[in-house]
Amino acid sequence: MNDDRTDSPDAAESAAHGHLLPQLVAHLREHRAKLRDEWATRIRDAHLLEAMTPQEMSAETTRVYDNYVEVLETGSVEALQHYARDLSERIIPRGVETHEVVGIVLLLRDVLARSLFEKYEGDFGLLNEVLDAYEPAANRIANTVAVSFVDERERVIRQQQDAIKELSTPVLPVRERLLILPIIGVLDSERARQLTEQLLNGIRTHRAKVVVIDITGAPDVDQTVANHLVQTVDASRLMGASVIITGLSPTIAQTLVTIGVDLSKMNTIGDLQGGLEEAERLLGYKVTRTEEVADSP
Amino acid sequence: MNSGPALVSILRQGDTLVASVHTALDDSQMVRFQEDLVRQIGEYRARGVIIDVAALDVIDSFASRTLRALSEMARLRGAVTVIVGIQPDVAMSMVRLGMGMGAVPTALDLEEGLGYLTELRRLPRNHERTRHP
Repeated sequence: MNDDRTDSPDAAESAAHGHLLPQLVAHLREHRAKLRDEWATRIRDAHLLEAMTPQEMSAETTRVYDNYVEVLETGSVEALQHYARDLSERIIPRGVETHEVVGIVLLLRDVLARSLFEKYEGDFGLLNEVLDAYEPAANRIANTVAVSFVDERERVIRQQQDAIKELSTPVLPVRERLLILPIIGVLDSERARQLTEQLLNGIRTHRAKVVVIDITGAPDVDQTVANHLVQTVDASRLMGASVIITGLSPTIAQTLVTIGVDLSKMNTIGDLQGGLEEAERLLGYKVTRTEEVADSP
Repeated sequence: MNSGPALVSILRQGDTLVASVHTALDDSQMVRFQEDLVRQIGEYRARGVIIDVAALDVIDSFASRTLRALSEMARLRGAVTVIVGIQPDVAMSMVRLGMGMGAVPTALDLEEGLGYLTELRRLPRNHERTRHP
């Protein structure tokens, strides 16, 4: 901070931008507290980062400010990139949006630019040169932060998508040519699509003739999903398998009829046990207790 | 007796005709296939027809309409038609586009289709279908 270069105006003017930047950095360090507060005020006025507490805001703005100045000094964005990713990781779960992050960086850029205007008010030529040095660096910083934030967001989304995929529905062969598909949890259209894909492939792999889809574990079904379910039944039929749906809850039954989904072609049975019995009947299985078999002549 | 090479091979096995569609057919080839098949049903006195579409990764609305029509024509000529080998993706896109197979029976593959026809033919003879209560 004490590295304040008091080069003569002539020298500064003749010097390359490389000489101006240190001067700039020194200026920003000198007025750190004032500029940071000004920036924080503008963030508040713009209603950005409202998910964060004032203390957090103060800590983060200080760190961002220091990182910002450091990039101007060293010209290397690596540390900033690292910090931005780290920051994103912390604030994304809090619901901070991309526009807020880009917004605060751009505000800082403006605040600092204004302070440069004040400092070099008297010397227009010098101001011009300072800005020539400052602007590309500032733009690069804004870019780096935005890209880091978006990258981190995408990473989180990918991670969540993978988690959803792992939650997906298993297709279980119970007997030869009989599959069970227990659906547990909310069935959104993405999951429904995945379910169909797995079921149809399962029918082919296991050469299934009957499939029991049990939706006891599904809390609710909307129109899109219900229609998708109907389509799944039709598609299974095209592949030569008949589908039995079991475990329709009272709520779902009422919803389906109220929203007017045509379920007349669907074979539905109260519970999984009944569904399995029906499937066995369709396949020609007859299940008897061993004692009864032993008793019969 | 055919003009030009037929793209669908129609094989006779007993009183069943097995037609395997090997490549995607354009509309005129589809019509040609329909004509060939309907003619051969009479020629061979076939009672059952199996159309294997396992090699098709697309079945468009014209094709599915033709297949349905074909099945109806075959019925009029005295044969039951089974469509076999519809692939998972094809099945889903057909259903999504609202072009099912109507009342035409479908089966997983050739073996299942033959099994279905055998079962069907056995039924009229012993009227009571052995079903477990």
